[in-house]
Amino acid sequence: MNATAQIFDQGEYNFAYLDEQTKRMIRRAILKGIAIPGYQVPFASREMPMPYGWGTGGVQVTASILGKDDCLKMIDQGSDDTTNAVSLRGFFEKTANVRTTYETSEATVIQTRHRIPEKELREDQVLVFQVPIPEPLRFLEPRETETRKMHALEDYGLMHVKLYEDIAKNGHIATTYAYPVMVNDRYVMDPSPTPKFDNPKIDEMAALQLYGAGREKRIYAIPPYTKVKSLDFEDYPFEVQKFDKPCGLCGAEHVYLDEVILDDKGGRMFVCSDSDYCEERRAAGHVGPMAANPAAQQIGGHGTNAEEASR
Amino acid sequence: MNVFKADDPLLQVHNVPRYYGDRIGCTDVSFDLWPGEVLAIVGESGSGKTTLLNCLSTRLAPTAGAIEYRMRDGSMRNLYQLSEAARRLLMRTDWGFVHQNAADGLRMNVSAGANVGERLMAVGDRHYGKIRETADDWLGRVEIASDRIDDDPRSFSGGMRQRLQIARNLVTHPRLVFMDEPTGGLDVSVQARLLDLLRRLVADLGLSVVIVTHDLAVARLLSHRIMVMRHGRVIEAGLTDQVLDDPREPYSQLLVSSILQV
Ligand SMILES: [Zn+2]
Repeated sequence: MNATAQIFDQGEYNFAYLDEQTKRMIRRAILKGIAIPGYQVPFASREMPMPYGWGTGGVQVTASILGKDDCLKMIDQGSDDTTNAVSLRGFFEKTANVRTTYETSEATVIQTRHRIPEKELREDQVLVFQVPIPEPLRFLEPRETETRKMHALEDYGLMHVKLYEDIAKNGHIATTYAYPVMVNDRYVMDPSPTPKFDNPKIDEMAALQLYGAGREKRIYAIPPYTKVKSLDFEDYPFEVQKFDKPCGLCGAEHVYLDEVILDDKGGRMFVCSDSDYCEERRAAGHVGPMAANPAAQQIGGHGTNAEEASR
Repeated sequence: MNVFKADDPLLQVHNVPRYYGDRIGCTDVSFDLWPGEVLAIVGESGSGKTTLLNCLSTRLAPTAGAIEYRMRDGSMRNLYQLSEAARRLLMRTDWGFVHQNAADGLRMNVSAGANVGERLMAVGDRHYGKIRETADDWLGRVEIASDRIDDDPRSFSGGMRQRLQIARNLVTHPRLVFMDEPTGGLDVSVQARLLDLLRRLVADLGLSVVIVTHDLAVARLLSHRIMVMRHGRVIEAGLTDQVLDDPREPYSQLLVSSILQV
């Protein structure tokens, strides 16, 4: 038994920080969200020991669904080792003493801020999103009373006004993040800061998706195998970002890539944003075009750290 | 001036009052509006004309009475018994509402094209090219140059904003348009141009219009029929020329004479 487990056993923290009554309240909101896919359920968001913008909504959802046998993966920008991901993972290691992992396939609960893992998720997994702004209509309609009415009456012309403006100004739909979707042919939903590249993964996903917005006090959900359609025009159909090169390290194609600066002479490389996916591919022997570059090797080097940390 | 197209009224108002507590907003109002007819409601501020307009356009529920509207399928429906969704659809398709302050009727932070196209998108149009083409056509009809289609109305003059608001309302070919002092607050020369445009559009499209104005010159230019309101009641109603040339009520006479003095 390690030090953190002792703290837990001594009752300094309730399991996963929140008291049982709060968890029950949040679970009720989650269940309602699952029953009405894409509908934003208000909930009494609690103060968490971290500032808003650090994922307090996602943390409350995760805290409410986590059990002792769960294995938690925490992602920020596709990576498990950013400050945000490290501190939130540490929070749950300390307050719930659950196993944590970097490996997508090993996790039962995955909390994320931006990305959906490249590896296809399963029915026995839950994906929790940290959401800053849950209301997709907010951009053009600041009045909460009005946006609620618009959802209630399925009055969604405004969403297409936003897309129209995009095309008028940019020649194409330039929205690349928080790209609005229609859930189950009924509610328009904001997948939040997720890049639109991941929108197709939301559609008919085997895993349960839960979205938590702490500051805005909203929870919404997409149950497994739900139809989720990205909004578009007939003559400007929805498209995901295309990358013309494979990942420099593992050679993966059709994945979301981040640009990485290699040196101060303009050297750069595109690598998998999903670092776990990239490492697994490299471990399996896949080699990208930049893999032999010494500067690139350093970038990819954090894989060994990650492995250590997950033990 | 006979532009009436059908034998059935488009709108029927039966004994509509609206009270604010003990205070009367408007009371005892009954009238029929016919297809293609322009009705002006005139009176000073506080006469109840705006309250009545809001009741007619389902923006303010009347305290009693009934307001019936002939739907596109020909059936007569009590507006306040429609579901909110049906009412909203009516307001977005078969009706228009032109506000005195264009900013109340426009989205000031989106382009002129999107302002005109919004109603089309709200009723399910999903072809960007066609929406834009229709918006462009309507901008032309209200004399806004094509090259302003991507500008937002904040950069427009008062008169242009008002014309944009009109285009935004007419794009779905409504049958009934409510107007609240549509020329109010504009320069005289701008008013004249807007009135010309309104008169032409109303005639070309065979619109039914209920227009609220304190300006009898506007009423004379646009309307077929006029209702004079005072203290929440309709005190005189009739054909516009008749009422303005030969008012019966002393108050109407006063109103008419005051405009003639200007
Ligand atoms: Zn890779």
